[in-house]
Parts: sequence; C-alpha cells; structure tokens
Amino acid sequence: MYPENYRYTKEHEWVLVEGDRGTIGITFHAQKELGDIVYVDLPKVGTVVEQGKALGSVESVKAVSDIYAPVSGEILEVNTALADAPEKLNEDPHGEAWLVKIRLSHPDEVKDLLSAADYQSYVGS
Amino acid sequence: MIRKVSRHITQNEPLLFESSSPGKKGYQLPDLDVPAVDPAEALGAENVRGEIEDFPEVSEVEVVRHFTRLSTWNYGIDLGLFPLGSCTMKYNPRVNEAVARTEGLLWAHPYQPEALSQGAMEIIARLEAALAEITGMDAVTLQPAAGAHGEMTGIMLIRAYHESKGNPRKKILIPDSAHGTNPATATMVGYTVQNIKSNDRGMVDVESLASIVDEDVAGLMVTNPNTVGVFEGDIVRIAGILHEKGAQVYMDGANMNALVGITRPGDFGIDVMHLNLHKTFSTPHGGGGPGAGPVAVKSHLEPFLPIPRLRSENDQWRWDYDRPQTIGRVRAFYGNFGVLVRALAYIMAHGGEGLRNATLDALLNANYIRKLLEPYYQIAYQAPSMHECVFSDDRQAKRGVRTGDIAKRLIDYGFHPYTVSFPLIVRGAMMIEPTETESKAELDLFVDALISIAKEVEENPELVLKAPHSTRISRVDEVTAARKPILRWKPAPKASQAAD
Repeated sequence: MYPENYRYTKEHEWVLVEGDRGTIGITFHAQKELGDIVYVDLPKVGTVVEQGKALGSVESVKAVSDIYAPVSGEILEVNTALADAPEKLNEDPHGEAWLVKIRLSHPDEVKDLLSAADYQSYVGS
Repeated sequence: MIRKVSRHITQNEPLLFESSSPGKKGYQLPDLDVPAVDPAEALGAENVRGEIEDFPEVSEVEVVRHFTRLSTWNYGIDLGLFPLGSCTMKYNPRVNEAVARTEGLLWAHPYQPEALSQGAMEIIARLEAALAEITGMDAVTLQPAAGAHGEMTGIMLIRAYHESKGNPRKKILIPDSAHGTNPATATMVGYTVQNIKSNDRGMVDVESLASIVDEDVAGLMVTNPNTVGVFEGDIVRIAGILHEKGAQVYMDGANMNALVGITRPGDFGIDVMHLNLHKTFSTPHGGGGPGAGPVAVKSHLEPFLPIPRLRSENDQWRWDYDRPQTIGRVRAFYGNFGVLVRALAYIMAHGGEGLRNATLDALLNANYIRKLLEPYYQIAYQAPSMHECVFSDDRQAKRGVRTGDIAKRLIDYGFHPYTVSFPLIVRGAMMIEPTETESKAELDLFVDALISIAKEVEENPELVLKAPHSTRISRVDEVTAARKPILRWKPAPKASQAAD
C-alpha cells in the first residue's frame, strides 16, 4: 500500500527524496478520509516552505484541509494537471497525483519522518 | 418507528421563469390622469432600460401560490426541533416581532435628526448596557452585522491596541477545535495563525500553550464553552498566560447560550468578545436574518471601538464621531437596528432571572439528550457537556454508516439534521444542540428517532445509507456539483430555435 522508498508525516503527506530533490503528495489514507476531492490549492513555483507549515490545501465535499510541508525548501514544480482533474488525488495519490516538487534546504529533516511500516501502523490499515 | 411525521403531499413547483407567459401582470394601475411622458425624452435614452429578456410575467395568484408552495417544502424552527450544534437554533418569540414592528421603530430613518431619534438611540444605549452587564465587559458596539464580522472587528481592535503601543505583533493563537471563521478572521486582519492542539479532554492544553506564548503573540481566540460543548475550566490560567506577555484574549461568543446569567467572560479574563444576537438572544437566524454580532470590550480597548459612539449630553443622546483612536466604521449607520430591537425585547421580557433559567434549561436539555443517547452513540469526550453534546459515529462506522448518513435518515423522521462532521477534531462528529425552547415531548421524539436509527444501522444499514427516502430529492451528487458547478439557470431552448 505505502511505497517503501517514501517517507511520511503524521499529517498524512508523503515525500520521495532523490538527492536534494523531493516530490510531495498526500497519502492514500488522507484521500480516503477526505472523500471526493474537488479542489486543490498549491503554492507558486519559487515559494519557500518550512517543514510542518501549510504549503497549500485540498478541498473535499466534506472539508478544506491544509497540506503541511513534510520538509523545508523551495518549490520547483507544481502539478498543474490537478487543477482540472482533482479526482486524480483519489485515484492515484502516491503516483500521478503528486502535488509539488521541492529543493530540500534541510535534507536532514527527512529523519524526522515516518517509514512506510511506521506510517502503516500509525493509520492502522 | 417514525412517530413525528407522516407522508404528506406537496405540490410540484416550476421556477417563476418557467411559468411566465407574455402579457400577464401581478398589478393593476389606474388610467393616467395626466399626459403620458416618454421616459427616454424626459431622462435621456441612455438612462432608460430596455426590455429584460425572459423576465417572468405572472399574475398575483401565481406569485402567492408559488411562494406558499415552496414554503411547504421547507423545514424551520416553527415546525420543530432544529438541533444544529453551535448554531443555537432556538424559537424566536413572536412578541419580539411585534415590538420590532412598532410604527415609530419600523419607519425610523438613519438620516432622521438626532432630536427625532432619541427613542431609537435609547434602545441602542440600553442594549449596549444590558450586553455589557451580561458579559461583564465595559463597553459594547452594536455595529457588526454577523458573528464573523464581530470577530473581525474584535481582532482589528486588538491590532489597534498593539499598534498604539508601537508593535502590532505577528500571531494569533487558535485552538484546533475553533470555528473555521476564527483563522479566516485573524488572517484577514494580517496575522499569521498558529494552531493549538486540544488535549484528550477536548480542552486547550495549558502547558503547551504556555510554552508558545511570547511577545510575537497578539492574542488568543478561544471559544468557551468550546466547540465540543466543554467549558474551558482553565480559562483564568489561560488568560493569565496571555496577559503576562501583553497579549489579548478574544472570546468567540457563539456558545454564549451556555453562560448567560451563570458566568461572565469579563470575570474570567476575556478582553474582547462578540455575541451572536441571532443565536443567544433569539433574533431570526439563517435565512430569516439578518444577524448581529455586537462586540464587547474591556475599558482598555474602548478608545478603539468603531464610530459613531453614543454619548449623553444634557439628557439627550448624541452621536460622537470625534474619537481619534477609533478603527473607523465597520458598518453603515448603527448596525442592523431591527434586530437590535428584538434582542432588547427578548432580554427585557426575560429579566436577569429569566435569562439564567433559559441557560439552565439549555444545559438540562443537552444533558438529557446526552444521557439517553450515550448507550447507543459514542460520546466524544467524557467531560461534562454544557449546552450541546458531541457524539462520534465510531460504533455505526463499523457497519459502514457515517454521521452524514445518520443525519440524512433523521430527515425521514421529521427532524432537521444535527451538525455533521464538525468539530473536525472529532472523527465522524454528530453535534447536537437542542436549546432551551424545546419541550420534553419534542426531545423524547428526537431521542427515539436517533435510537431507532441506531437499531436500523445494526439490522438494515442499507436503509440508512440510502436515506432520505421521504424527500422530493434524495441524495444529490455533491462531487459533480463541486467539481463542475452550474452557477446559473438557463431557459430551455425555445421550440422555434430548437427546430433550427
């Protein structure tokens, strides 16, 4: 269910770190809890985000939820395809529906994050 | 078993646009007894509006029937319990309406000279004084037109206060159980929001709060009782922690129906708060509004209140605009005056003892519901409930039924749903606020309905998952509505065009 090479937050984001680059998304558990996602609000390229602070939000028919940055850094790329197809977040949250790509400013922050096994037992599924 | 309602025929009703036919009129005017004038000639052609395409043309009886039929589709507080938690949907006594329709008040004009408005100004002064006494605060502005508007006014006052000391500061702290409007308000006024996690009793964690309050914190926005219906018992200590660093404490007064006549925010450390007259003080609510969100402050914030302020001069009320530190106006004229009249009528009809009794009845009703439902639904927090009780759908979720499904089934039983999925810190929240105006008989019907639904969840969950069964429209496609909204009704193509 949860890819081994990703790291996870207790707020249900994931990050895939490759060198000083990271790809960020929300987890399968997050999309399941949110229900049908209808809108995604993402930062502009160049925005600097801080670990644990909101980088954007997702809106489902139930609620609007902040997305917290799992790591600090500068936004390099934003998945603009989600604007017209937010349902992709429900369909493929760990793959095609990544949210942003980031240049990590503090790569050592990754050690604060959960492994796939720890996250799986945290969400209990 | 469904006891409160039976199936009842209601009439289908098209839009007025759809029942239009050319030449129909809903009025009759006498023949002109002066020469007719061409408006284009008299006013200039550019000032005369042409025909509005597809503007509905209907007769008087069609209009009356249209709206009467639509009203039979509705559910309102005059039909029964309206248990929307955090909304305080209480019955609005008719005497308030009668008072507000007193001729001199109904036709009072805001541009009327002060000398001719003394009665209206006296009403404003008396309501300000009554609300100050009820909240234990020093001064009140009645201008804000709604709760969120009151919040914004309150946080602007905090900002003005800090600015007068040379530093507006940066952050507003907000518990994670807060109303969604609180973070929006703080952001609108230029603050960043820092979220505070609740502890396992559903309350602000005092130790972790103490560790984050510093000189960057402008204030704390707290709701008391909070949105899980629990009184923040540490509120005096919490206020002390903020005050020690020069920060202010804002109270969201949405839940004031639990406190009136029992305890006063001004006595437990609050600096500024708003009240929702349309909740606590029984003025019309929702579509029946407009609302009113007066803001009450301690004396150190009074210089910043919106203008104009009432001032007494030689036994006459005057409007005082000369207040150099004011944040300015927040609303045209003096607030929603008709609503203010209703609130004062409500307060005076009750008197101090009556208001206190109303509060006690509100607490009793909520706890009565809690006790009877606890065997069937999971209470979210063990702490004592105030004026509302919050359950979670934990037990029903095991059968695949969630809070929204139970709420929809409640419609079949003839009740408006409770508040669904709020507060967000409770998984599958079911937030029930009966208010003091419900009889035991009505509460029993409601409790029976929810118990019956709990049994249906065990025996036949499909029945609940597909509810409501008795309404004109059952489940709507919320997802498509949100992803691909149709924002405007358009007429069907006319037959001749369709044939083209």
